[in-house]
Amino acid sequence: MRKLLILLVAALAAPLTGAQEVNIYSARQENLIKPILDRFTDATGIAVNLITGGADTLITRMAREGANSPADLLLTVDVGRLHRAKQQHLLSPVSSTVLDSLIPAQYRDSEGYWYAMSLRSRVIVYSQDRVDPSELSTYEALADSKWRGRICIRSSSNIYNQSLTASLISHKGISEAESWARGLVANMARPPQGGDRDQISAVVAGQCDLAVVNSYYLAGMLNSGDAQQREIASQVSLFWPNQDGRGAHINISGAGVASNAPNREEAIRLMEFLVNDESQEWYAETNGEFPVRDSVPISDTLKAWGPFKADEIALEQLGIYNADAVRLMDRAGWR
Amino acid sequence: MIPVLVIVLCTLFSIPVLTLLTSLGASSDGVWQHLVDTLLLEYISESLLLMTGVGVLVLVLGVLPAWLVTMTRFPGSRLLELALVLPLAMPAYIIAYTYTGMLDVAGPVQSLIRDTFDLSYGEYWFPPIRSLGGAITMLGLVLYPYVYLLARTAFLEQSVCVLEVSRTLGASPRRTFTRVALPLARPAIVAGLSLVLMETLADYGTVQYFGISVFTTGIFRTWFGMGSETAAAQLSMVLLLFVLTLVILEQWSRQQARYHHTSNRYSALPRARLTGWRSITALLYCGLPVLAGFIIPVVQLILWAVETWALIDTSAFFTLFFNSLKLAGLTALLGMGLALFVAYGRRLFPTRPVRSGFRILGLGYAIPGTVIAVGVLIPFAWFDNTVDGFMRDNFDIATGLLLSGTLVAVVFAYLVRFLPVALNTIDAGLGKIKTSMDDAGRSMGLRPMQILHRVHMPMLKGSLLTAALLLFVDVLKELPATLILRPFNFNTLAIRTYELANQERLAEASSSALMIVLAGILPVIILSISISRSRPGNA
Amino acid sequence: MRDFLELKDLSVNLEGNPIVKEVSLCLAEGQIGCLLGPSGCGKTTLLRAVAGFLQPIGGEVRIANCLVSDVTAVLPVEKRQVGMVFQDHALFPHLTVRNNIAFGLDSLSRKQKDRRIGQLAELLGISTHLDTYPHKLSGGQQQRVAVARAIAPSPRILLLDEPFASLDVLLREQIAREIRQVLRHEEITTLLVSHNQHEAFAMADVIGVMREGRLVQWSTAFDLYHEPATPYVADFVGEGVLLEGRIRDDRSVETCLGTLSDGSRHGFQAGASVRVLLRPDDVVLDDDSALTAEVAERLFRGANFLYSLILDNGSRVLSLVPSHHEHPVGTRIGIRIEPDHVVVFPENQVVPD
Repeated sequence: MRKLLILLVAALAAPLTGAQEVNIYSARQENLIKPILDRFTDATGIAVNLITGGADTLITRMAREGANSPADLLLTVDVGRLHRAKQQHLLSPVSSTVLDSLIPAQYRDSEGYWYAMSLRSRVIVYSQDRVDPSELSTYEALADSKWRGRICIRSSSNIYNQSLTASLISHKGISEAESWARGLVANMARPPQGGDRDQISAVVAGQCDLAVVNSYYLAGMLNSGDAQQREIASQVSLFWPNQDGRGAHINISGAGVASNAPNREEAIRLMEFLVNDESQEWYAETNGEFPVRDSVPISDTLKAWGPFKADEIALEQLGIYNADAVRLMDRAGWR
Repeated sequence: MIPVLVIVLCTLFSIPVLTLLTSLGASSDGVWQHLVDTLLLEYISESLLLMTGVGVLVLVLGVLPAWLVTMTRFPGSRLLELALVLPLAMPAYIIAYTYTGMLDVAGPVQSLIRDTFDLSYGEYWFPPIRSLGGAITMLGLVLYPYVYLLARTAFLEQSVCVLEVSRTLGASPRRTFTRVALPLARPAIVAGLSLVLMETLADYGTVQYFGISVFTTGIFRTWFGMGSETAAAQLSMVLLLFVLTLVILEQWSRQQARYHHTSNRYSALPRARLTGWRSITALLYCGLPVLAGFIIPVVQLILWAVETWALIDTSAFFTLFFNSLKLAGLTALLGMGLALFVAYGRRLFPTRPVRSGFRILGLGYAIPGTVIAVGVLIPFAWFDNTVDGFMRDNFDIATGLLLSGTLVAVVFAYLVRFLPVALNTIDAGLGKIKTSMDDAGRSMGLRPMQILHRVHMPMLKGSLLTAALLLFVDVLKELPATLILRPFNFNTLAIRTYELANQERLAEASSSALMIVLAGILPVIILSISISRSRPGNA
Repeated sequence: MRDFLELKDLSVNLEGNPIVKEVSLCLAEGQIGCLLGPSGCGKTTLLRAVAGFLQPIGGEVRIANCLVSDVTAVLPVEKRQVGMVFQDHALFPHLTVRNNIAFGLDSLSRKQKDRRIGQLAELLGISTHLDTYPHKLSGGQQQRVAVARAIAPSPRILLLDEPFASLDVLLREQIAREIRQVLRHEEITTLLVSHNQHEAFAMADVIGVMREGRLVQWSTAFDLYHEPATPYVADFVGEGVLLEGRIRDDRSVETCLGTLSDGSRHGFQAGASVRVLLRPDDVVLDDDSALTAEVAERLFRGANFLYSLILDNGSRVLSLVPSHHEHPVGTRIGIRIEPDHVVVFPENQVVPD
C-alpha cells in the first residue's frame, strides 16, 4: 500500500519538477549501497548520481568545492566523519518527522545535521580452539600482557579504530586510553595490515588468537557465496565486550544533507527511504548490520550472537575526540 | 607569440607545485608539530630504507642481464632481450595484490605448506609479504626495466674498439666489463636508478596496501585523516626535497653521459656464444626477473579471472573499460599535441625563457601523483568559486563548478605528471632532424608549415606514436591522482582494482587488473624493439 | 736480425668469405712494416688476425718464434702482449690521460708506473695533459695518447689501424715522423695498415702492397717505387705509364723512345713483346733533344709541373719538370729518357684502371 502511494506521488511529481536527480558522495563502497539506491530510483523515479571514496577525501572535496558543490547527501560508514563534516559547516540541519520518529535519539544528531541508517558494533572475534571466552571481558583488558603477540587488529588509519579509541578517551580520559593503546600495540601479533576480513583469516590461520573487527564482516563471511570464507568464519566465535559495564562499542553508517545541496528535497526523500522497512530489512539481511529501528527484525545470523548491551554514549563524542584519538595512536606507535 | 604561449603553459603547469610552496609559512594548528614529534622520522627512515632496498634490487636485476643479452648469445637470449622489459607493463600495486593473494598467511602457498607438513602457523618460517621487504621486492620487480633499458642502450652504443683496446692491454673479458664497459655505462645506469627511485617515492598503492609509513601514505593520512591540508602540503614539500635531489642526480649523470660517447664508428658488436653451465646460469639469471615480475603474476591473474568470470557485471565492466580508454586516449592526444608544440617552440625560438620553460615542464614526472592532485584541487576550486562569486555578484548567474570535479582536473593532473614523457620522446625525435634539413627545405622555397608537413612529420611519426603510447599506458595505470580528482559516476580500471583489493576481493580484482596489464604490454614491447634497433649503423 | 713477426700462408675468412688469402711476410725485431692497399683489400682483417681477434682458416702467425695463431688454436688477445692503436683512438673517456696510459701497467709498482708514464709523455709531447680528460684534447693529441697507452706496457708487437686517417692532412706527416722516431727509440716491432702511400713512406721500413686479399709485394719504399713487381704495384705506388717494347737482348729493351737498359738482366726472351714502366722522373726535359712531344695537359704542383705528353706515334708519357720551365698546352718540348731502373712487365699482365 505504502509503495503504491509512493509510486503515485512520484508519478505525479515527476512531470512537475522535470528530470529529478540526487547526488551522493558516499563513503560506502558502491557494491554495498548501489542495490538499495537502484530500488530508490525504481520507486521514485529520481536518478541517483554516485561518487564513492574515502570519507575524508569526500569531505575535503566538498569543502573545496564550497558553495558550488553538487553534493546533496553525504553517506559515511562511521559517525566521526559526519561530525567533522558538521564542524566544517558542510551539512545543513534537516527537520523531518519521518526521520525523527523512526530513529532513536542517540543515533541522530541533536540538531538534525545527521542521521544513522544502520548500526554496527566493533567486537572481539576469537579462535574457538585456542581461546576460552571466560578469558575475555573488556576492550581495556586486551592491553593485558597475557595477550602478548596474540591480537590482530587493523591500522590506526582506519576510522573504526579511531572511533573505538575516541570512545575510550571519552570514557576513561586521554592518559588511560594512551596506556591502553600502548598495551594493545605490544600485544599485536603482527604490524597492522589488511582489512577486518584479513584479521579474521589471520586468526584462523593461526597467526593470532583474537581480533577486533566490525560485526558485519563476520556476518558477511558466514553468509558468503565463497565456501572458503564460510569455512573460515565458522572457526571463530564472537564475543560482546564490556557487557558488565558500559556495553559494546557502537558505530553507525549514516547520512547528512549537504549545506549547499542543489537537490535538497530529493536528498531528504532518499534518507527517509533508507529508513523504511524494506531498506532496513535489506541492511539487516544483505549487509549483516543492525537496523537503526528497533522494530525491524535482525537476521538469523545476528540473532545467533545473542542479545547484547550497547554503549549508550552520545555518538557525537566519537567525532569530538577523533583528532585526539589519532594523535594518541600515533604516540602509542599504532601504525 | 609561440614563446609566450610556451611560457604561459609552463606557468600553468607549475601551479600545483607553486600552490604547495605557499603552504610553507602557514600554520597548521600544531599538526605539523605533532608529525615532527611522532611520525616524520618514521616517514623519512622508511622512505630511505625503501629507496635503498629498491635501488640495490634493480641494479642486481637490471645491469647484468642487460650486459648478457647485449654481448653474449645463449639459448633464449634473443627472446629474453625483449621479454626483460615486460614487467614495466605491470603496475606496482597490481603485482603487490597478486603476490599477497598468493603468499599471504591464508593464501594457497602457505596453506599448502601447512597441509603438507602438518604444521601450524609459527612452526615454520615464511617471509612475510606485507612488509617493507615485500614492498621492496614488489617495486624492484616492476621497476628494474628502467635500469635494464638504459643500461642496454649504453651497452649497445658503446664502441667495439674501446673493448678491444682493453683486451690488447691485457685485461680479460671480465676485467674489461668491470673496468671499461661498466664505468662507461655508469651515467646511463645512474639515470635509470634515479627514475626508479622517483617512481618508488611516488608509489601509493603498494605501500598503502602493505601498511608501510612513507611520505605518500603520510600525506594521504595527514590531509584526509587528520584534516590538515596545510600540514599535508608541508609534508609534500619535504617529499619534494627528496625528489629534487634525485632530479639533480639524474640531470648530472645525463651530462656525464655525453662525455662518455666513445666513438662514431660502429662495427657490429661481437657476441660471445656461451656454453655449458655458463649458458644455463645466464638463462636462469635473465629469466628469473621476467618470471617473477611478469609471468607468475599474469598467470595468477588469469586463473583468478577465469574463476570469477561469472561474477563480472559485463555492462559495468565495459563502462569502466571505456572510461579508462577515454581518459587515456584524450590525455595521450592532448599530451602529444602539447609536447609537439613545446618541443617545436624550443627549436624555433631557443631563447632562455623558452628553454627554462621547457626544462621546468620536464620536471613534472618527478612529482608524485598524490602531491599533484593536492596541488590541483586547491587552485581549481579557488578558481571556480571566485568566478562563480564574481558572476553571481555582477550578473546574477551561478556558473557553478567549471573545472573541479570534471575530467578537466583529472586530465590536467595527468598532463602535469606525464607530459615530460612525451616531451622527451618527441624532443629526441626532433633532435635527429638537423636544422640543415630545415635550411635545405627553405632554400627550395618551402614555407615553415610546409616544412613541418613534408619534412618533419614523416620523420617524426615514430616518436609521435611512441609518445602517445607511453602517455596512454601511464594514464591507464595511474592511481592516486585519479582517486582524489575524479568526477561523478566515473571509475577507471585502476580505481576498481584498488577498491576491490582493499575490500579483500582480490580474485574479483583480477579482470580489471589484467586489462591494465594487457594494455601496457604493447607499448612496452615496441619501446624495447625500437631501442635494440637504435644502434647507429644498424637502423 | 732475426724474424720477430712471421706470417706463413695466412688465410682468414669473414662470415664465410675469404678475405685474406695465403699471405706470408716477416718483420725483423724493431722493424716498422706497413700494409698498403685500397679499402676492402683485407689489410685490416689481416691486422686483426695478428692481434688475435680472428682465427685463421689456414696458415699461422708466429711472434718471437712462438706459434700464436693457427687453424686449431688462438692465443687469447689479452695474453699476446700485442699493442693496438685504432683509427678513432678509442681512448677511455672516463679516465684521465694518465690513467689511460696506466691501464695496461697493473704489474708495475706505483713508482714504476709514474716513471714510465712520465717517460712516454715526454717522448710524445703530452706531459702537460696528463690530468686532462680525452674529450678536451685535439685529434693529434688524442692520437699521441693512444700511442703512449699502447706502448706503455712494452708490447712485443705494435699494431696500428689507419692511425692517421682521422687527422688533418697537414698534421699527418708530422705526427707520422714523430711517432716513427718514438717507435725506433723504443725499438718496437710495428705493423701498420694504411691506404695512403705518403704515410706509408713516412713511417715504414718495409711496405707491403695488398690486393684482394693477397700480398703482391713486400719490400722497401724505394724498391716498391723503382722496382715494382707488377703493374698493379707500379700503378698504386707513384705515377707512370707503360710503353710498348720489344726485347732486344737480355739486358735491353727496344721502345719507340729508343733502346733502354739499366745494365741488369730482366730475364725475358729476345724478341718478346713487353711493357716498360716509365715514371715521370724518368722523362727529362731536354731542349736540345731531337725527340719531341706535344704537351697535352699539365698539372701545377708547386715545385714541378707534371706534363702529360703525346709522342709522335700517339703514345703518352708523363714528365716531371721543374716549374720555372713553363710550356703551355699545345707546344712541343724536347725530352730525353733517363731511366735509372728499367722495369719490364709481360705484355699480357693486366693493368688495372
